Amino acid sequence: MKDILQKYGLNTLTKKILLDLYKSMLKIRMFEEKIVELYPEQEMKCPVHLCIGQEAIAAGVCQHLHKGDYVFSNHRGHGHCLAKGTKMRPLMAEFYGKATGCSGGKGGSMHIIDVENGILGTSAIVGGGIPMGVGAALASSLKGEDSVTAIFFGDGAFDEGAFYESFNFATLKRLPVVFVCENNFYATNSHQSARQSGCRIFESAASFDARGHCVDGNDALAVYKAAQDAVQLARKGVGPSLIEAKTYRWKGHVGPDEDWTKGCRPKEELDYWKEQCPVKRFTELLMDKGALTSAEVEDLKLAITAEIIDAVEFARKSAYPETSALLADVYREANK
Amino acid sequence: MPWTKIYASRTEFEKALKDSPGLRGITYKEAIREATAQLLSADKSVFVIGEGVDDSGGVFGTTKGLQEEFGKDRVMDSPLAENGITGVCVGAAAAGMKPILVHMRTDFLPISLDQIVNHAAKWHYMFGGLLNIPLVIRSIIGRGWGSAAQHSQSLQAMFMNIPGLRVIMPATPYDAKGLLIAAVKDGNPVIMIEHRWLYDHMGHVPEEMYEVPLGKAAVRKTGKDVSIIAVSHMVHEAVQSAEALQEEGIDAEVIDLRTLKPLDTGTIVESVRKTGRLIVADTGWKECGAGAEVMAKVAEAGITLKAPLVRINLPEAPTPASPVLEKAYYPGKDDIIEAAKKTTGHGKR
Ligand SMILES: Cc1ncc(C[n+]2csc(CCOP(=O)(O)OP(=O)(O)O)c2C)c(N)n1
Ligand SMILES: [Mg+2]
Repeated sequence: MKDILQKYGLNTLTKKILLDLYKSMLKIRMFEEKIVELYPEQEMKCPVHLCIGQEAIAAGVCQHLHKGDYVFSNHRGHGHCLAKGTKMRPLMAEFYGKATGCSGGKGGSMHIIDVENGILGTSAIVGGGIPMGVGAALASSLKGEDSVTAIFFGDGAFDEGAFYESFNFATLKRLPVVFVCENNFYATNSHQSARQSGCRIFESAASFDARGHCVDGNDALAVYKAAQDAVQLARKGVGPSLIEAKTYRWKGHVGPDEDWTKGCRPKEELDYWKEQCPVKRFTELLMDKGALTSAEVEDLKLAITAEIIDAVEFARKSAYPETSALLADVYREANK
Repeated sequence: MPWTKIYASRTEFEKALKDSPGLRGITYKEAIREATAQLLSADKSVFVIGEGVDDSGGVFGTTKGLQEEFGKDRVMDSPLAENGITGVCVGAAAAGMKPILVHMRTDFLPISLDQIVNHAAKWHYMFGGLLNIPLVIRSIIGRGWGSAAQHSQSLQAMFMNIPGLRVIMPATPYDAKGLLIAAVKDGNPVIMIEHRWLYDHMGHVPEEMYEVPLGKAAVRKTGKDVSIIAVSHMVHEAVQSAEALQEEGIDAEVIDLRTLKPLDTGTIVESVRKTGRLIVADTGWKECGAGAEVMAKVAEAGITLKAPLVRINLPEAPTPASPVLEKAYYPGKDDIIEAAKKTTGHGKR
């Protein structure tokens, strides 16, 4: 394993961190696959945007974040939250529309929150989380805290004016932000090349005097390394970085099915990217190098499965919100 | 008039089609697509732009196949840049084009408010009428399946407040086609708000191009006891409630506003003067909403109601995701029926 780690510039990486990273990816994959399995039951009555195929990015970035660091996510946010430490129960219950969900059943799968773990709420307006993330970083900087904010957004959000305005402000104020663009080449069914002429997202950082870096988003160690550098710079007060992580989403834009059947994308493209499966690649690498055994993988899977089953049961058994909740929380009550 | 009749179900409509084989029936979404295709054919300055207009689904079918038919220059996909692209359309309109800008959700319009409110709405006035902005912005209200707070809003009232804009909300396939054509020809910025739940609704639609005049409401059912003034999807709820009320001896008049700005004050006032009772059923929120404006017009006309006005709106809260809360959130025909009984009962006492 040493030779490989050296190649990535990760000489000092411990086995524990490697396994944590692996576990984090596997957890996201298995969680999303459970949704694929259960969604046809029509008990999760909300749109779900799955991140199968993109797990290495959330896992690789969040490995570097502390509990008090912030994460801003988007509509495709299950993985970001799990990687940041959000428990499965409140997520699953939210998808089932239950009162025990992270948002009390009011948000659904697009609107996840986990304040304790630094997730201050998730917007489903494309680009909506980017300025808010910069705002959280501004707050930690004004308060003199050393927390870092990671903002996840898609190649589609890179089209939005909100990105440029926020990125400019973050660089101007040298705020502790890591902008993570998950470039899966599509915004719904619209290819990046139909929306951007350059298709070199990371290069835009240069004109803002910020660091831009492009990585293979399906290579867990590459993401891990890029994020390590970016988080360190942010924490030291050097300023923001922009990581463009190239990846691919396996499922349709929304829902549990593949979308090539509907003519949205060529099947060959999906097949190619399935070969590039981030979980498979990392598993093979670790096993090849003797850093992981099949027995360890099985143990991990058992533990994760147990957690997922528990979360689903919890969600199913939980009560729906009372209808009196309908008008509650529109405003914060005075002196609360 | 076959065009103004609203059918409660597809089977009912198909029966009607058999009875009058000369009339054609298509869905609301097909009507929008047909109007767009005819506009593109008839006028070289018309073009369509929006996120996913060239997508295989074609914005729920409303733009399906148009790019193949008219080419990439006239039907173009857009980057995810709502404010910027709106401004691009405003500029193109100032320079002689007639853009139709399409948004999958009404919720994305707030991003483009600057270009709509500060630019499109003002340009004609601010420059002494030298230039006009013939821009139609289509957007769709989502509902159900946990769409939640950011994918289900009915924001018509926001736009009703802005001089220089027009706001249309067709409830039938006939109006969807005729209003869209009239909007493109109108020469002013027009906000067209559609409702996802109307897309598969069938109605009679003539094949040729025709216009439904902006600013004209439609009386869907005449009646003498109470005026139910409705908007978009709520028109269908109102028609159904009026049928149920008839069986109980309450003769309700149903008015479909169709255009919210400018409001058809004449039709509203005439109806309420006759019935003396008023219910407004809107898809949006109550405070400063369409219903408030309808009531203001009635009050300004000096009409004294026989019973207090009832407004049927969304509760004053964002849309919740949970199915139980969603169910409690949306008013429907039962609320209208109850309101009608209350207002008419009140009158008799
Ligand atoms: C402002 C805005 N415009 C459009 C949409 C509709 N929409 C939701 S997700 C999405 C695609 C986003 O693409 P990207 O940012 O690349 O994220 P991905 O879905 O690929 O993860 C679009 C167009 C939206 N939610 N908000
Ligand atoms: Mg994308």
